[in-house]
Amino acid sequence: MASAAMEKLGENHKGPQPILRMLRIVKRFPGVLANDHVDFELLPGEVHALLGENGAGKTTLMNILYGLYQADSGEIVLRGRTVRIRSPKDAIRLGIGMVHQHFKLVPNHTVAENVALGLRGTPFFAPARAVEARVRELGERYGLKVDPRAYVWQLSAGEQQRVEIIKALVRGADILILDEPTSVLTPQESKELFRILARMKAEGHGVIFITHKLDEVMEVADRVTVMRRGKVVETLPVGETDKAALARMMVGREVVFRLEKEEVSPGEEALVVEGLWALSDRGLPAVRGVSLSVRRGEILGIAGVAGNGQRELVEVITGLRRAQRGRVSILGHEVTNRSSRVVADAGVAHVPEERLRMGIVPGMSVAENLILKKHHRPPFCRLGFLSLRRIREFARVAIQEYSIMTPGLDTPAKLLSGGNIQRLILARELSGGPPVIVAAHPTYGLDVGATEQIRQILLRERKKGAAILLISEDLEEIFSLSDRIAVIFEGEIMGILPTEEADLETVGLMMAGSKRLTEARG
Amino acid sequence: MSGWESWLVGTVSRALAFGTPLLWATLGEIYAERAGVVNLGVEGMMALGAFFGFAMAKVTGNPWVAIVLAALAGGTASLLHAFLSVTLRANQYVSGLALTMFGLGLSGLLGRGWTGQPLFHSLKSISIPGLSHIPYIGPMFFQKQSVLLYIGVLLALAMWFILFHTRWGLAIRAVGESPATADAMGINVFAVRYLCVFIGGLLAGVAGGFLSVEYRPAWTEGMTAGMGWIAIALTIFVAWNPLQALGGAFLFGALYHLSYRLQQYVSPELLKTLPYVAAILVLSLTATGAARRRRGAPAALGIPYVRGER
Amino acid sequence: MRRIGPFAVEYVPNPGKLKVLGVSLGAILLGLVVMAFIFWGYGVSPVHAYATIFRGTFGSRFGLGEIVRRAIPLMLCGVGLVLAFRALFWNIGAEGQLLVGAIVGTGLALYSGIHGPWLLLAMFLGGFAAGALWASIPALLRILLGVNDVLTTLMLNYVAMYIVQYLIYGPWRGPTMRGFAYTDLFPDNAWLPLIPRTNVHWPTLLAGVLLAVIFWVLLSRTRFGYEVRVVGQSTEAARYAGISMLRTIVLVAALSGGAAGLAGVGEVAGIHHRLLEPFQVSMGYGYTAIIVAWLARGSPLVAIITALFFGWIFASGDVIKTFLHMPFQVTSVFNGLLLFFLIGSEVLMYYRIRLRRGEA
Repeated sequence: MASAAMEKLGENHKGPQPILRMLRIVKRFPGVLANDHVDFELLPGEVHALLGENGAGKTTLMNILYGLYQADSGEIVLRGRTVRIRSPKDAIRLGIGMVHQHFKLVPNHTVAENVALGLRGTPFFAPARAVEARVRELGERYGLKVDPRAYVWQLSAGEQQRVEIIKALVRGADILILDEPTSVLTPQESKELFRILARMKAEGHGVIFITHKLDEVMEVADRVTVMRRGKVVETLPVGETDKAALARMMVGREVVFRLEKEEVSPGEEALVVEGLWALSDRGLPAVRGVSLSVRRGEILGIAGVAGNGQRELVEVITGLRRAQRGRVSILGHEVTNRSSRVVADAGVAHVPEERLRMGIVPGMSVAENLILKKHHRPPFCRLGFLSLRRIREFARVAIQEYSIMTPGLDTPAKLLSGGNIQRLILARELSGGPPVIVAAHPTYGLDVGATEQIRQILLRERKKGAAILLISEDLEEIFSLSDRIAVIFEGEIMGILPTEEADLETVGLMMAGSKRLTEARG
Repeated sequence: MSGWESWLVGTVSRALAFGTPLLWATLGEIYAERAGVVNLGVEGMMALGAFFGFAMAKVTGNPWVAIVLAALAGGTASLLHAFLSVTLRANQYVSGLALTMFGLGLSGLLGRGWTGQPLFHSLKSISIPGLSHIPYIGPMFFQKQSVLLYIGVLLALAMWFILFHTRWGLAIRAVGESPATADAMGINVFAVRYLCVFIGGLLAGVAGGFLSVEYRPAWTEGMTAGMGWIAIALTIFVAWNPLQALGGAFLFGALYHLSYRLQQYVSPELLKTLPYVAAILVLSLTATGAARRRRGAPAALGIPYVRGER
Repeated sequence: MRRIGPFAVEYVPNPGKLKVLGVSLGAILLGLVVMAFIFWGYGVSPVHAYATIFRGTFGSRFGLGEIVRRAIPLMLCGVGLVLAFRALFWNIGAEGQLLVGAIVGTGLALYSGIHGPWLLLAMFLGGFAAGALWASIPALLRILLGVNDVLTTLMLNYVAMYIVQYLIYGPWRGPTMRGFAYTDLFPDNAWLPLIPRTNVHWPTLLAGVLLAVIFWVLLSRTRFGYEVRVVGQSTEAARYAGISMLRTIVLVAALSGGAAGLAGVGEVAGIHHRLLEPFQVSMGYGYTAIIVAWLARGSPLVAIITALFFGWIFASGDVIKTFLHMPFQVTSVFNGLLLFFLIGSEVLMYYRIRLRRGEA
C-alpha cells in the first residue's frame, strides 16, 4: 500500500522536487492508531490542504512534523535529506513553523515578548525591544499588521493568529503548518488570511493547511490530501475534484448536507430575553443590550465567531453570570439573576460548551453524573440521603435510550469518548422533557456519527415542543437546524431572520459587524 | 536625638536586620513560583540551612564557608521537591509540606548535640565607613547591619532586572505563565523549573544560615519559627516582584521588631502572633485587589506540566 | 505512551485497588528501610532497633495501649482531613484547631463550674465548636476573598500556639515546675475514663470511630457528600450544577476543624488533665494527620487504620527515645520521608512501565 501511494505521488508531478516528504508514518496512542502508514509530501510554493474529520489523524501527523510527538515508525525527508525531529526546536531549526489551532501564546505578555521568547539572535538585554522592529517589518511585508507593544490578551483572535504567523516567519520558517486556522475567524477575516497565504506562496513558502471545511479547500489549496481514520485516502490536485467527491472521501459514504426537518408550528414564547447587559470576566461589557425570544417548537440559532459574547449570554440565561441590566424570563416567570439551580428548576436544560470542565464531574461515575443537577430532589434524594437504587435504575434507562457506550455504570465519566460524554449530558439534561434547551456548541469536536445523532435529538425535542437556543460556530449546523437565525457580534444582535430568507453572505457580513438589520425579522 | 527620633532610627535599623532573612527566603520563592512551582518547603530548607550553617561555622571557624554550605543544604533539599514536582509531576503542595516536615525533623535530629553551644566565629555585623556617619540616615541604614543585608538588596535589584529585562527572565516568566507555549518555543521547561527551585533552595538556605551564624548566633530547634511560611505569604503579597519584596520583607521586619519592643506593654506571647495575623490580613487585602485586576500569580502556578500526549 | 530509555511508559487513568494498596505498602516499606539506615548511622543496629520497637509497642498491654492512645487524635484529625481534602480544602491547620479545642475544653473544665457528667459533654461540644470556628475563618477567607487556604490555616496554627502560651503563662497560670508552665489540675469530673492499665481514653476513641463512620456515610450516601465530591473535583461543574461553594466549603471546614477540636479536648481531659505548652499537648498530631488522611486515599474508614499505623509510629518514637536514647525527631524525619515516598510512588500507580521489546 505504501509503495502504491508513493507511485501515485510520483505520477502526479514530474516537475519540481518536493521540499518535504513524510513516508510510512505510524503513530499509536492507547486504544487508537492515529496515523497508519501515512505518506505526505509538499511541493515548494504550494498550498497543500490536509482534509479530514475530527480524529482523522491530520493534527497528529503535523504534530509529528513539528516535533511535538515522535512517530513510532516512518521517515521524514526534508529537502532530500532524512531528518530526525525530536522537538519543536529541531523543527524550527529546519525551517518548519506551526500555527496551532489553540494559540500557543502567553496572554499576559506583549506581542514582542511572545515573538522574542526563545528566539535565537535576540540580545540578552531587553530582547523584546529588539524584536519590535522586525515585527513591524514583517507586518508590512505580508500584510500582518499588529502592535508589538500590545498585550496578547487584548487582541482579537484574528490578530493573535497574525502574531503566531509572525512568530513562525521570524524564526525563518519556509514551511508553514496552519491547524484549522479559520475556526476562530469570521468569513471576512478568513479571506484576509487567504490573501496572506497567497503572499507567502509568492515568496516561495510552502503551506500545509489542516482543515475539515470543504469550501476552504476548494478556494485556497493547490493540492489536497484526504485522511480518514488514520489513513490517507488520496492525494490529488484540487482542480481535479469537487466538494462532493471530497466529502465522500472524507466520510466514506454519501453525506447529506441538509437534514430532514419537519414543519412544526411554534407555540408560546418560552424563553424571553430583554435588553440584557452583562460583563465579561475582565469587567468589560460582553453582552450589550441583547433581546431575543424563542418559542416552543422552534430552534433559534445564534451564529457568531467565538468570543463575541455568546458564552456570557448563555451564562446569564442559565444563571451562571450576573446581568447588569435587562431581564430573562422562562415561560413567563422572571429568572433574572437567580441562581442556576432556580433557573434549572424553572425548566431550562443547559448543554454546556465546556463538556469536560463543566458538563461532567470527570472522576465520578457515569451513574452519578447522570443525576448531577437533580441530585438534590426526589426521586434521587430523600431527606438528604441519596437513593442509590433509583439512581442506578435511571442510569440504566438513560444509557440504553441514548446509546451511551460505557463499560459500566460505575465507570468514571472521564474515560468516555467525547461523543459519549455529550450523550451523557444530553441524557441528563433532557430527562423530563424540559421546555427550554440552551445548547452551546453541542457537536463541537465530535465524530460524524455522534454529530448526526445529537442533531436528530435536538430536532426530536423541537418536535416535542421544546424551545431551543442553539449556539454554534458551524454555520452549516446553524443553517440546517435553525428555524430562525440570530447573529451576534461584539455582544450585540446584528439581526434575526428566518432561515429561508438567510444567505451565507449576509450572515457572514453580520458576523463581521459590517451589516446590521434594521428590524429583527421573524 | 530626641526620644521618638531615636525610636524611629532604631525601628528602621532593626527592621532591616529582621527583614534580611525574610528578604532572602522571599526572593528565592519568587523565582520558584515565577517558574510555576510552589515550594512550601521553605521552612524546612531554612531549618536545614540554619543547622548546617551553624555546624560548619563551628567546625571550620569560617562563617562565610558556613553560609555557603547553608545555601547548599537548602539547595540540595529543594532538589527533592523539584524531582517530585517537576519530573514526577506529584502534587506540589504536599511535596513542599513533606519537605518542611523532613527538613524540620532532620535538622532537629542532627542538631541535638549542638543545641546551646556558643559560636565564636559568627558572621559579624558591619558598619559602612563614611556612610554610617551621616546623621539619621547613617544609623538607620549603614550601621551594624549584616553584609547579607546589602548583598540581599543588590540581589533583589539584580533578580528584578533579570526577570523583566533579559532573555532568561522572559523564559522563566513564560514557563510560569504558559509552559506549553514555552515548550513549543523550544524552551526546556524542566530545566528552567529545576533551576528556579534550586535557586529558591539556595536562598532559603542562606536565610536560615543568617539566623544561626549571625543573628543569634546559636542553634536551637525550631529557631526558624515559621519565618519560612511568612516568606511564602510575602511572595503573594509582593505580587511575585523582587523589587517589591524589599518593601514587604522590611515591613514584616518592622513588625517582628515591634513585637519585641511592645513587650513591656502587652503580653509577649500575644505579640508573637503579630506577624502571623498580619500575614493573614495582608493576604486578604491582596486577594481582593488581585481578584479585580489581572495582577498576580503566574498562570500555571502549582500545575504540573505534562507535554500534551493523549 | 512515552519512551524513557529502555522502558515504555503508559498512562493508566484508573488504577485498581490492589495496585493502590501495593504501591502504598511499598512506600511504607521503603521508608522503614531508610529508617534502618538512620539507626545504623546513629550507631544502633537496625535489627536491635526494630526488635526493641516491636517489643515496646506490640509486646505488652501498655505498649498496645500506647499505639491506640496516640492514634486517637490522629484518627479524629485524620478523618476530618479526609473530608476536607475531598473538597480540596487544604486544611493544614488541624494542629491549631486541636489547640483551640484544648483551650476551650480547659476553660470550661477550670472555670465553668458545671457539675457532674455534663461537664465533659460541654467540653466536647465546646471543643468541637472552637475547632469548627477556627477552621471556618480560612474557609470564609478563601471563598469570599480568594485567599490561599494553605497559608491561612497554617498561620492560625501559630496564632493558636501563642494563645495557649499566653494563657498558661498568664491568666490561667497554675504551679510552675522545671521551667514549664501549666494550668491547675482539672476537677475530677473533667477527667476522661481510661481503659485500665493503659492511657487510652476510650470515649474519645469512640468518638473517633463514630466520626469516621458518620463521615463515610456522609460522603457516600448523602446529598451533602455528593456535593462535596463534586466541589472537590470540578469547581466549574459545581457552579454549573448550582452547588453553593460557600456552604459546602464552610461546612466541610467546620466539620474538619470540629473533629480536630474534639481531639484537643481528648488530650487535655484524657491524658494531661491540664493545659500545657503547645508542643506537649500535641507533638505534631495535626501535621501528621495530613499524612494519615493522604494515605487513606479519600476513605474515612481507611483513615482509622492509617491512624493506627501512625499511632504505632509515634509510640515507636517514645520507645526509641526511652530505650535507644535517640531523639524523638526521628519520627518527623520518618513522616517526611514517607510522605515523599507516597507522593513519589503515585507515579507508579498512574503509569505502567514495561520493557520495550524491539520496536522500529
